[in-house]
Formats: sequence, C-alpha cells, structure tokens
Amino acid sequence: MDKFVIENLSLTYSDGAESLRGVNLTIRANAVTVLFGPAGGGKSTLLRTLNRLNDLADVAEVSGKVLFNDIDLLNPRLDVIALRRKVGIVFSRPVPLPLTIRQNVSYGLEMAGERNKARLNAAVEQALRLAALWDEVYDRLDAPATAISGGQQQRLCLARVLALEPEVILLDEPTSALDPISTAKIEALLMALTDQYTIVVAPHNVQQAARIADFGAFFLQGELVEFGVRDKIFLTPQDKRTQDYIEGRFG
Amino acid sequence: MKSVRLFNARQKQVLGFNLLRLLSLVTVLPILGAVIYIFVRGMPAISWEFLTAVPRSGMREGGIMPAIIGTLYLTLGTAAFSVPLGVAAGIYIAEYAADNALTRLIRVAIINLAGIPSVVYGLFGFGIFVLFLQIGTSILAASLTLSIMTLPVIISTTEEALRAVPNSFRVVSTSLGATRWQTIWRIILPQAMPGILTGVILGLERAAGETAPILFTGAAFFLPRLPGSLLDATMALPYHIFVISTQVPGMPIQIQYGTVLVLLVFVLGMNLIATLIRSRARARRQW
Repeated sequence: MDKFVIENLSLTYSDGAESLRGVNLTIRANAVTVLFGPAGGGKSTLLRTLNRLNDLADVAEVSGKVLFNDIDLLNPRLDVIALRRKVGIVFSRPVPLPLTIRQNVSYGLEMAGERNKARLNAAVEQALRLAALWDEVYDRLDAPATAISGGQQQRLCLARVLALEPEVILLDEPTSALDPISTAKIEALLMALTDQYTIVVAPHNVQQAARIADFGAFFLQGELVEFGVRDKIFLTPQDKRTQDYIEGRFG
Repeated sequence: MKSVRLFNARQKQVLGFNLLRLLSLVTVLPILGAVIYIFVRGMPAISWEFLTAVPRSGMREGGIMPAIIGTLYLTLGTAAFSVPLGVAAGIYIAEYAADNALTRLIRVAIINLAGIPSVVYGLFGFGIFVLFLQIGTSILAASLTLSIMTLPVIISTTEEALRAVPNSFRVVSTSLGATRWQTIWRIILPQAMPGILTGVILGLERAAGETAPILFTGAAFFLPRLPGSLLDATMALPYHIFVISTQVPGMPIQIQYGTVLVLLVFVLGMNLIATLIRSRARARRQW
C-alpha cells in the first residue's frame, strides 16, 4: 500500500536556502524508507512537508502534488492539526518540552482533548514501553524531562510521538547527537516498529541508511537522484552519483 | 629595532579589567549613597504613628497613612488596566503579528510611547479621562493615565520574554498536534512568565513613583481620610513629597525624609520581589 505519493514536488524558501526540485517518490506503508544524501539535499524539507511543519518556515513557493492516504496534503484548507497527529516527527536534537517526563509523553493526547487521567497514564506507559524507555524511567515519571540522558531524551521524543498512535513516524537525523549504544537502541526500535508504522528516516550517514532501510532514496541538491529497494540502491546503484556517494567519494 | 613596551599583554589585560571594574563601581556609588543618605535622614521620622495616622496640623504632624494607601490603590489600579492589556499586546506582537507595515507601526508607537515625558501623560490623561470622559479627578482617572505610561514597558518586556523562549519548543509542540494558542498557553507563556512578571513589576514600580501623571488626574493635596471609591481623589506618596517639600512652610525636614524613605522602601521592595522571581526562575530554567 502507498502511504505517500509525491508527484513533481518543488519547494523554495524565501531565503533560497535548501529546496526541492521536481521530486517524484512513493512511500510504502509499513516499511522504512530512508532519505539519504549529503547535507542540503532537501531531506529535511521533504520530511517537514509530509506533516506540514513547513507551514512554520518561510516557504516562498510550493508546486506539485503530495497525497497522504489519497488526501491532498498541500490543500491550504487541510486540517493540519489532525494531520500532525497522524504523521509524527522526531528531530535530530532531542528537545524535551519543559515539562515532566510523563507530561512530555501525554502532551499530544492532552492537546487532542484527552482528559481522563487513567487513559493518559495507560497511554504514557504503553508509549514508553514501545520506545524501550519504561524500565529506565518508570520510577521518576514526574521528574523534569531534562533530567535524563540525551539518548533517553531521544527515546522520550519517540515515545511522545508514539503516544498519539500515528500512522507515520518521520525522523530527521534522529541519532546525530547520540552515542553508538543509544544509536543502536533507536535503530533496533525503528526496525521493530515497522509492523505497525510507516517510517521515513533521514539518517545522518550512509552506513545507517544501509542498515535500516527497506527502501532508499538518494537526494542531491534538492533532486531525487535514485530510488529503490535496499539491496538494489545500496549494492547495485544505477546512477554514477549514487554510487560515488555510497562509496564515499564525496559527501 | 625593538620598541620598548611599558606593559606586556597580560599586564595590559589585568589593567583593563581593573579599570572596567572601577568604572562599574562608580555607577553603583550614587545609588548606594542616595539610599544610605535617605535611610539615615528618614529613619528618625519612622514610627507606628507615622505609618498609620492621618496628617495633622497642616501635615506638619501626624502620619502619612492616606498617602501610603493611596499609592497602593494607584499601583493596583494601574496593574488592573495595564497588565492584561500589556501582556495581551505583547503576546500578539511576539507570537501572532505578521511582519508587515501595521506591526512596524505598532512597534514604533510603543517605542515612542516609552519616550514621552510623564507630564505629557498627565495632561493627556487630564484632557481625556478627567474632562472628556468626565471621570473627574479620581483614582480611576489617575490609574488609567498611569496605565498608558506603563503599557510600553509591559508590552516590550512581554515581547522580549516570549522571544527568548527557544523556537524549538514551538516547533515540537506544533509537531505534536498542538494549536498555536495551546503552544503559547501550555509551553511558551509558563517559560516566559518570570520575564513578564519582572517587566510588570518594573513598570508598576515606575508608576508608583511618578508625580506628574497623577498631578492633574487624581492626586489630592490634602485629604486626611481614605478614598471611599474609585471616583474619589486620593493622596499619594510622590505628590505628597512634592507638596510637603515646596508648598508647606515650616515643614519639619524629618517628615520630608521620612516620607521619601517610605516611598523608596515601597519601590525597592517591588524591585526586590522582581529580582527574587527572576533568580528563582533562572535556577529552575531547563534550557
């Protein structure tokens, strides 16, 4: 099943920074799709288009078509609040909200109007277990979220997205600020979550891309150079630029 | 040929730092001096009677209670108008307003409002509130006048405090499906609250100490009882100081300094509260 269908998507920021040019890409449900390539290639921009977080940025122009479950994502009248509850995102640096651990996880549900304490607590526990963080924090749920380590904070950020039971999880270089052990934990989590979720990741290096991908999409300066299943794109890339990047000739 | 240096780089640095330290100390001296001087001259006048009795014998005896309570009323009255309005305006400008001509106009207006001499506010308040709206010389008119004067301080500190909250919190909150207002209410405002409160208190502190804005709008020369309603005029500490220093012959100098001391403690007390709020918040801050 196709979760996102992106057709001829182009995007420019007002300051002309990172942008996308004519991107065509289909993102399958219940798989890990990896967007990789050197910095400035448009990976973050694409991720932030998929849950309309780019509405907060200074976008000058968008053209093309993006469908999410066959709904037009770029429709200005789209209910973006509802969309963001279905399409969650984890950022490169863990940014816990200035609240307790528990409140961080229940935040999305509370903003969606859930007030029942028992249901909130159950959701918090479930999300923290799913993010493999429960055992480490169950006895200090009401401590400030900044009191835990960076690796734990990033799993907390994943947990608060999971608490909303989204369909899609976007991750923008989720392990770039983490040590190898924490990175391995996050990667294992992502692989385990694909049964229930559609996952789109922009990893911060090509090795990670190859480790976790079901599908890979290579971006270079705003263009999608090549797209394919993991073995194909990482072992026998068709485009010379993809091959050069994977072999470390540039980037 | 090598030039002869008087000091090496390290010595120069030490010299520079000490010079800066000395200059900083110079700015502290006048404040410290004024406070000590007023405490020394004013303390003998302070007594229970001075703080709780009404003035007698043409204000040459008795206490200054009506002026203390009057200043309290004016401060609270000013807070009632300027805090909701100023904080709301600050939120609008920092979080909602688009960067367009209208916003720039509002910003310029606020900056200019802050630069207007207080006596101009006094005359303006007299014209608008006392005469045009026929509120009369009253606590209400004086509070409204002081509110206009205080607004720019509250608006700009609110705006600044909101802008100091990292933008990543807004992005994260939005990404979790929060509306703009939910983000502001649950995340941004609580983080900005200490800064906003500091601005509010500093603004009110200035209002409490002003004479000119209340001169024509609400201050009574001599009113040896408490005002009964918002529409009554009131005595107030700053104006009382002006009166007893220039208008009453044979005024004991002690009472003048005593009254100044009370106003100073009132204002410094508010300042202290602001400082405490700020330092406690800084200790708890998570970014």
